[in-house]
Amino acid sequence: MRVAPRGAVLGWLLPIGAAALGLAVLAVGLAGLGYDAPSALAALWRGAFGSWYAITSATLVRAVPLVIVGLGIAVAFRGGALNIGAEGQFYAGAIGATWVALLLGSWPPLVGVPVVLLAGAIAGALWAAPAVLLKLRFGVLEVISTLLLSFVAEALVSWIVQGPLQEPSGIYPQSAPIPAALRLPTLPGTRLHAGFGLALLLAVVAWAIFVRTRWGFWLRAVGEAPRAAAVSGRIPVDRVIGAALLWSGGLAGLAGAIEVSGVTYALYQNLSPGYGFTAIAVALLARLNPLGVIASGLVFGALEAGASGMQRDAQVPSVAVYVVQAVIIVVVLVAVSRARSARTLAAT
Amino acid sequence: MARESALQLVAIAKRFGAVDALKGVDFELERGEVHGLLGENGAGKSTLMQIAFGLVKPDAGSVAVGGRAVRIGSPLEARALGLGMVHQHFTSIPTLTVRENLELAGWAEGPARNAGGVRETLARGLDPAALVEELTVGQQQRLEVLKALATDARVLLLDEPTAVLAPSEVAELLGLLREFAGNGGSAVLITHKLEEAFAAVDRVTVLRRGMVTYSGAIAGQTPASLARAMLGDEPKPDSGRSPPAVPGEIRVRADGVDVRAGEIVGIAAVEGNGQRRFLRAVAGLEPADDVSVSGPAAFVPEDRTVEGLIPGFSLTENLVLGASEDPRWSRGPWLDWRAAGARTEQLIEEFEIRAAGPRAPARSLSGGNQQKVIFARALEGDPAVLVAENPSRGLDLKATGFVHGKLRDLAARGVAVLVYSSDLDEVLALADRVVVWYRGRPIPVAAGASRDEVGRLMLGGQ
Repeated sequence: MRVAPRGAVLGWLLPIGAAALGLAVLAVGLAGLGYDAPSALAALWRGAFGSWYAITSATLVRAVPLVIVGLGIAVAFRGGALNIGAEGQFYAGAIGATWVALLLGSWPPLVGVPVVLLAGAIAGALWAAPAVLLKLRFGVLEVISTLLLSFVAEALVSWIVQGPLQEPSGIYPQSAPIPAALRLPTLPGTRLHAGFGLALLLAVVAWAIFVRTRWGFWLRAVGEAPRAAAVSGRIPVDRVIGAALLWSGGLAGLAGAIEVSGVTYALYQNLSPGYGFTAIAVALLARLNPLGVIASGLVFGALEAGASGMQRDAQVPSVAVYVVQAVIIVVVLVAVSRARSARTLAAT
Repeated sequence: MARESALQLVAIAKRFGAVDALKGVDFELERGEVHGLLGENGAGKSTLMQIAFGLVKPDAGSVAVGGRAVRIGSPLEARALGLGMVHQHFTSIPTLTVRENLELAGWAEGPARNAGGVRETLARGLDPAALVEELTVGQQQRLEVLKALATDARVLLLDEPTAVLAPSEVAELLGLLREFAGNGGSAVLITHKLEEAFAAVDRVTVLRRGMVTYSGAIAGQTPASLARAMLGDEPKPDSGRSPPAVPGEIRVRADGVDVRAGEIVGIAAVEGNGQRRFLRAVAGLEPADDVSVSGPAAFVPEDRTVEGLIPGFSLTENLVLGASEDPRWSRGPWLDWRAAGARTEQLIEEFEIRAAGPRAPARSLSGGNQQKVIFARALEGDPAVLVAENPSRGLDLKATGFVHGKLRDLAARGVAVLVYSSDLDEVLALADRVVVWYRGRPIPVAAGASRDEVGRLMLGGQ
C-alpha cells in the first residue's frame, strides 16, 4: 500500500531532473552576471560534499531541522491544513527548550535532554494552537494565522534575548549557554549531533503512521476529500485537522529544541536561516512522503551547506542558491499538477 | 420545404487514453427541430456535444455549421457561430446576481432575432438583481438556458438539462424548446429518459459505445426499440415487488415518517425542500432531536465522487473508509491492508465490479461500478437501515437496474430502506410508500395516489 500512488516517472527521476535543471539555471545565471560559474559550482559541491567534515558538519547538520520540520509540514499538508508558520513554531520550540534547559541546570542528561526536547515540542504545538482554534471556531484560514504567528514568534525571540533570557552580562542579544549536560552528544570530530538519528527515526515512524495506522488513514482521507471523509468515513474531520496542526507545530518545535541543544547551545535572533519556510519546499519535493522527506531534506541541506561554501570560496552570494530551490519547486509543482489534470481529463 | 442543416458532425472520432469515446460518429441537426441524443452513460453523448461546442478537440472528423465547414477551437468561437450550450452542471457564479451572470455570458440586449419569445419567457421568472445562490434549482436551470441564449444562439445544445427538475418544470422546459424550434432555432437534447424524448423531439440519434445505433425520426419508434438501440439487447423489465405482508418493526421514527423493517419508503420532493437534511439526520450524519433510529444506518450519498468515494484512493482504501474500525482489518490503532485488500477482492467478485483490482483508484471506475462499490461497502456493516439519496443519478440503465434490484433485495432481507430521488418516476417505481417533502416538512400521500397527485403535493398543492 503506497502512500501516494502516482506514475513511476514522477518517482525519483523528477526530483533529480529538477535539481539538475536548477543547477543548470544557476550556472547560466552566474555566467551571465559575470561570475566564474564552473568554480562557483565547484565551491558549491565542496561546501556540501567536499570532505568528511563538510558532509557531516555542514550538510547533515543542516538537513536535521529541514527533515524534522519537513515531516511536520507533511503531517499538516496531508491532512489538508496548510501550516505555513513552521518558522514561528520552530522559534517557539527553541524558546521553550532554552528556557527549560536554563531552569533545569545540571539534570542528568538521560532525563534532562528528553525533557528539554519535549519542552520544545510542546511549545511548538502551543504556538500552533491559536491557529487551530481560529480555524475550527471562526473559520480563519490557517495559511494566514500560522504565518502571522511566526512574525510574532520572531519578535518574541528578539525581546526575550534582550530581556528575560538575556545572558548575565547583558551585553549580547542572546541567552546564556545551556548547561553542557543538556546538550546533544555529537559524533567525535564533527558537529553532527544525535538529532540526526532522531530525524531518521521520526521519518520512519511518520511513514508507519501514515501507511499503517487508522489515524494516518483518517489524516490522508481528510486531506484528500474532507466531505467524503465526513459522510462516508464518519471521521471527525475537525478533530483530525486540529490534531494534524498541533503535531505539525510540535515537530517544528522539536526541531527548534534540537537546534538549540545540538548546534547553537543558546537562543538568539536569526537562529534559523528560514528552516521553517525551506521545509515547506522539502515536504513538497518529497510529495509529502515521510521517507522522501529524508532524501529531499538532504538535498536542501546540501544546497544550504554548499551555498555557504560558494559564498566563502567563490564570493557568490549564498542567496543565489535559492534559484536552484525555486526551480526545483516549480518543476515539481508543475509536473504534479499536470499529472493531476491529465487524470481528470481522462476521467471525464 | 428543403431541409436546412443547422449543425453537422461527420466521422467524428475521439480517444481518451485507452478508451475510444467516439468511433466515427455522424450527426446532423436540422433547422427548426429538436433532436434527441440518447445513450447510456459513457456512450459518448456529452463528448460529441463538447466537440461541437469547441470544448474538446476531435481526433478526426469535421464540423459544419449552417452548411459551412468550420473549425471550432473554443466555446467563444462556437458562440460566435451561433451555438449555445447548457452544461450538465450549473455554470453560474453563485455569489453574483442573475444580471451579472448574464453579462458574463455575453448577454446582448435588445430583442433577439432568433429566440425572442423564448428569452422573454425565461427572463420573466427571474429577478435580475437576485443572487444566483438564492435561486431555486429550477430557476438556476432557467438561468443556464438563458445564458446559452445570451448571444442569440440559433443552435442550442442541452446536456441532460432535466436531471434536477420537477415534473412540471421539465414540461415547461420541453415546451420552451418546442417554441424555440418553432421560431426556426434548433436544439439538441441529451437525455437518457425515453419519455422526454417521446414528449419533445422530432428526431433522435442513439449512441452506444461511441457509435450511432439509430438515427432518424422518432415517429414509429417505441420505448422498447430505442432502449434496444441504447443497450444492445432487450432490457430486463423492473421486477416489481409487493410490500411485506406483515409490517416489520419500526426502525426509523420521525415526526410524520416511520420506516419499518422490510419496506421501502420513498421521498418525493423538489430540490431544496429540506429532504436531504432529513436523510442525513436518519443516517446519523446530522444531529436531530425528532429522529430516532434503531440499529446501524448506512448512507448512499448522491455525489459519488465528492461524498461517496475518494477518487484518488484505491478501492481497498475506499472500503476501509466506510469501516475503519472493522475488526477484520483493524487491530488497536493498526490497519491490516492485506486483510482489507482480500475482502475488497471478494467484493469485486461478488458485486461484479469492473475494476483492474483492489488497488485501482476509485476514479478509474465508471459511475455504475463506483455505485456498486458504495453499495458493497454500505452492506459490510450489516445495516438495519439504508438511506439512499438519488441513488441512480447519472447512471445508465443497466447500473440503475442494479441499484433498484439491490434496494429491493435489501428490503426483502428485512432492511428498512429510505430512498429519495429527484426523479419522481423512480420514487414511484421503487417505493412501497411515498412521502412528499415540502418546505422542510413531510406531507403524507394517500395510498394509491396518482403520479399527478404526488406531483401537485410536491409543489405545495393540496
